Amino acid sequence: MLYEQELKTFVEGTTNFFEVAAQQPASIGSPYLMEGSPAVHEYTGVINISGKREGVVYFTAPKAMLTVLLMKMQENDFSHETMRDLVGEVANTISGNARRDFGRDFVISVPSVLTGEKPDMPHRPGVRSFIIPINWRSHSAKLVVSLT
Amino acid sequence: MSSSARAMNGKRSFKLMIVDDSNIMRRRIERSQQFEELELVGSAANGVDALELFKKTDPDVVTMDLTMPRMDGIECIGRLVALKPAVRILVISALADKATAVEAMEKGANGFLNKPFTDRQLNEAIAELMR
Repeated sequence: MLYEQELKTFVEGTTNFFEVAAQQPASIGSPYLMEGSPAVHEYTGVINISGKREGVVYFTAPKAMLTVLLMKMQENDFSHETMRDLVGEVANTISGNARRDFGRDFVISVPSVLTGEKPDMPHRPGVRSFIIPINWRSHSAKLVVSLT
Repeated sequence: MSSSARAMNGKRSFKLMIVDDSNIMRRRIERSQQFEELELVGSAANGVDALELFKKTDPDVVTMDLTMPRMDGIECIGRLVALKPAVRILVISALADKATAVEAMEKGANGFLNKPFTDRQLNEAIAELMR
């Protein structure tokens, strides 16, 4: 079960990531409950959560957005491997930052990365998932938080 | 700073090793650090490779991620300090809880920088490390 204040932690983490790493703020929408299958973009970075909470946090974004993000980060390698690296790093950074509020028992895995728009997303039955919409420049992405 | 730091054009120079499982982050740290006296001797993507590289290159300064496969950064810090107590280690991690920062310092790290970071924050943290 996720509380409003806990979701706020992820909203703030996402806001901070774009402000600092991309040097350009994103518009972060209000979280909403996910219904049905998760809609994902081409690249998805997944962090498994264990410890005092269990579940997943994932960041999913289209290639076009990741390309611009890499440019803003002064990166000049836009290969498939670099896109995978970036979505994993974004998911890792936002999840790791959440430990400021959740504490060290909020244990995060190393990132795993899924590609394609219909990957097998990890999901625990009975656990509600919240989608945090992210709009940055002309692109849309999502952070999905699904925790016990 | 270690007695192994070398003189270069009258200035001391320091060997730098970067440890992070993200290629993007390793390149970012290499590109953004602005210290002429730092010479990059190698990069590693996990603690096991970092230990091996450390033994071969004997760096004076290390930037260390924490969440990595095979061997995490906390364990790696302890092992590096056991090999070379004078090594200066800057943790660069997304893990933002105080307990983790304290544990890293207790293992022998000398500084802690949270991801995401600006170039200025990185250079200030490295400057503090080499002071």
